[in-house]
Amino acid sequence: MNDMTPEREERVAGLKGLGCSRKRVEDARFTQGKGNYVDDLKLPGMLHGDFVRSPYAHARVKSINTEAAMALDGVVAVLTAADLAPLGLHWMPTLAGDKQMVLADGKVLFQGQEVAYVIARDRYVAADAVELVEVEYEELPVLTDPFEALKSDVVLREDLDPAAPGAHGPRKHHNHIFTWEAGDKTATEQVFAEADVVAEEMIYYHRTHPCPLETCGCVASMDKVNGKLTLWGTFQAPHAIRTVVSLISGIEEHNIRVISPDIGGGFGNKVGAYAGYVCSVVASIVTGQPVKWVEDRMENLMTTAFARDYWMQGKIAATKEGKITGLWCHTTADHGGFDACADPTKFPAGFMNICTGSYDIPTAYLAVDGVYTNKAPGGVAYRCSFRVTEAAYFIERMIEVLAIELKMDAAELRRINFIRKDQFPYQSALGWEYDSGDYHTAWDKALTAVGYDALRKEQAERVEAFKRGETRKLLGIGLTHFTEIVGAGPVKNCDILGLGMFDSCEIRIHPTGSAIARLGTISQGQGHATTFAQILASEIGIPADSITIEEGDTDTAPYGLGTYGSRSTPVAGAASAMAGRKIRAKAQMIAAYLLEVHDDDVEFDVDRFVVKGAPERFKTMKEIAFAAYNQAIPGIEPGLEAVSYYDPPNMTYPFGAYICVMEIDVDTGEHQIRQFYALDDCGTRINPMIIEGQVHGGLTEALAIAMGQEIAYDDMGNCKTGTLMDFFLPTAWETPHYTTDHTVTPSPHHPIGAKGVGESPNVGGVPAFSNAVHDAFRAFGLRQSHMPHDHWRIWKIADDLGLHG
Amino acid sequence: MPKKMHIELTVNGKSHEFLAEPRELLIHTLRERLNLTGPHIGCETSHCGACTVIVNGKSVKSCTMFVAQANGADLTTIEGLGTPDAPHVLQTAFREHHGLQCGFCTPGMITRASKLLEENPNPTEEEIRFGMAGNLCRCTGYQNIVKSILAAASELNAAKEAAE
Repeated sequence: MNDMTPEREERVAGLKGLGCSRKRVEDARFTQGKGNYVDDLKLPGMLHGDFVRSPYAHARVKSINTEAAMALDGVVAVLTAADLAPLGLHWMPTLAGDKQMVLADGKVLFQGQEVAYVIARDRYVAADAVELVEVEYEELPVLTDPFEALKSDVVLREDLDPAAPGAHGPRKHHNHIFTWEAGDKTATEQVFAEADVVAEEMIYYHRTHPCPLETCGCVASMDKVNGKLTLWGTFQAPHAIRTVVSLISGIEEHNIRVISPDIGGGFGNKVGAYAGYVCSVVASIVTGQPVKWVEDRMENLMTTAFARDYWMQGKIAATKEGKITGLWCHTTADHGGFDACADPTKFPAGFMNICTGSYDIPTAYLAVDGVYTNKAPGGVAYRCSFRVTEAAYFIERMIEVLAIELKMDAAELRRINFIRKDQFPYQSALGWEYDSGDYHTAWDKALTAVGYDALRKEQAERVEAFKRGETRKLLGIGLTHFTEIVGAGPVKNCDILGLGMFDSCEIRIHPTGSAIARLGTISQGQGHATTFAQILASEIGIPADSITIEEGDTDTAPYGLGTYGSRSTPVAGAASAMAGRKIRAKAQMIAAYLLEVHDDDVEFDVDRFVVKGAPERFKTMKEIAFAAYNQAIPGIEPGLEAVSYYDPPNMTYPFGAYICVMEIDVDTGEHQIRQFYALDDCGTRINPMIIEGQVHGGLTEALAIAMGQEIAYDDMGNCKTGTLMDFFLPTAWETPHYTTDHTVTPSPHHPIGAKGVGESPNVGGVPAFSNAVHDAFRAFGLRQSHMPHDHWRIWKIADDLGLHG
Repeated sequence: MPKKMHIELTVNGKSHEFLAEPRELLIHTLRERLNLTGPHIGCETSHCGACTVIVNGKSVKSCTMFVAQANGADLTTIEGLGTPDAPHVLQTAFREHHGLQCGFCTPGMITRASKLLEENPNPTEEEIRFGMAGNLCRCTGYQNIVKSILAAASELNAAKEAAE
């Protein structure tokens, strides 16, 4: 009965379920300018908050005088740490087990740090008042280099007892945060002592910022009559924010309603809790009026969650033939003034221990040391799953360095070291169980698609022509085969602030056969309203067009940990499928009753239950839904609803093969991307159109990071990249055309075999672009040059190699 | 408090008259005074284009124009380009070709594209990429935006030919 007859095919197509490039339901409002972002919110009597921020990176706050500001017409209040201290809210817990000042408590630790919070009638008055707050500072020595910070006598965090352990164990120095280790150190040292070949390199992944087009912000509204606090905000994890607000404010959780409206991109920037949220809540409680706070771009880039800033000292050991025998990595992680990394509790360096990548490396060791400096706090996963992009960049650079050491082709070196298809599920030396993969097939498909051998020939000819003085342009072929680890995660080892990282879906089928489903996640452009309806359509046989998806309102949606780390499809997507199956199980009983047969004598068929062997006898889901509400069925409760809280048994491991072909002008340092081929394997594909869009977007973020985007500081701790004039976001003009491709290796443990895709292109894209730059200069002796590869830095590579004559 | 100015504007065909501080930014006038929240604020430095509107026939970034400078002007915002029942060709094309994700840049992007297609009804992909370079998108990588604009151009041209 499962033959695809034209009639059945039509029913399947009508559902717009799994695999359909369904157009997005979100787009009607966005294209009309009718989105509902937090700054669009306007409430009666709403006040505006704005921050006085520190111009210094490290200073003692001697005094704060708010008199002149308070005297300005329209100013309602000015909050300082002294006002918050009696409430215990001058500090707040961070996601990493540290604490962070909400408003400067005696000193400041980074430029732009929040010192006072002005509440005023409108944003103009608030901005005027910020200028009138007088703060007296005493400058202190500034530490911007993590290696120096670990040696310096200057104590950054005077609030911490240097002898007491931190949240992740003993601290070695007053500016040290934690040491985190994975793998077998002794065995790894043994492998290196006996290795044929060892390649060693320092790989720096520079500090950058997710920079969503919409900055962070919120509106807090305390209703003093009924004691309820409503908090709208740009939250990637609204339920977790509700719990955090409850824990730090003492307001009972049922009296707090957190709403994430439309979010203008997140990319990790909107996971954490910021001083602006706490101050706005306090301001609304104090004034009894709604208070809005929205960052400007400079505040966003300078103060809210940065990403990366990992110094990764690496060693890779191999046989003469190129079989990798061991990997060693020591990372020095610059966390800024407070440890506000957004990672699962037990993973202070995220999933950096996925750094063995796509390769069968029998022995490995990783250590990460977190360090305080006078930079902004953060350390979020900028479109990646908790430091996976750092890990992928590290291994994909180390492979290239090893290829140079071995004088081998980097594509071939990868091929002989890939984990083989028959090795899955694969236990990695650093502790992960990779669920599924077929790397060789993906790799061969990618190399064939770009005509790899011909490209290498062209490259060699180009080098010769360059040496003869016939061209000033070099050709780089950037290779990457990445493996991600997403879908955090199993509650047994993944939690944030003690909250297990499960996710949820609740479905209600209406009497007329349409439905609403609510989830614990929140879309920031991923198209959840479109794709989750597709998963459900295939599971419950109701057309996706008849299913409303709702997220982001903690009063209505079931509890979940939100959207980041490509976890929505692996976790909430799985919850949707499981909730759908509960609906189907009940529908089966109702159908059997209606058809007057035993439960086991009916089976599901696209959009209906049919009597086995008699497909002409059936009840559609629409009929079953109505029966659920109008029939008294013995032994079955009325209604048709289900909820599922899904705790994934494992992470999922999407992978991909990316190849970037880049022309580089040796004299100007400019680059031109001639071709970019991206093959992604994200398991079962829910909506190919959306997957492709995600890949285009992630690759463009990767292009930015690799080729120019950075958060840079001078020696005084001044942030030099606080506007879009200095912080590189590629335009359409600088962005190349991408070719996308795919293989499909379903996840064996996910209910529909899906793995997640949103972050793969950022994780795999960065090494592909960077490797292309390095590869262009390989023939001239380049081993490693740190990102971002802006024009000046590329010019400098050429200059240092003596290519300017 | 600076003296308020008497301002007259026509926005999406509707006249408005009010008093405003000369320093009031046009984007705040549109969003907060006139409740036209389609145009967004992304950078306050003219780089991102989320606030793009049409002022007297030109694409303008309204986050860096004072309302005083726009006094007497005729403006069009995303809200004036099309309606849910009769969307602008670009509004339909962006949906058809997945030219948006989070939607934050979309109003500015479509408003700018509408002007671009008036200025150049037959743009090449390269001309679109150059002509749209004042509008940043963090989600799409532009590929499907370019595709949407190309599709809208051919549709507009086909409609024009049919009319002639």
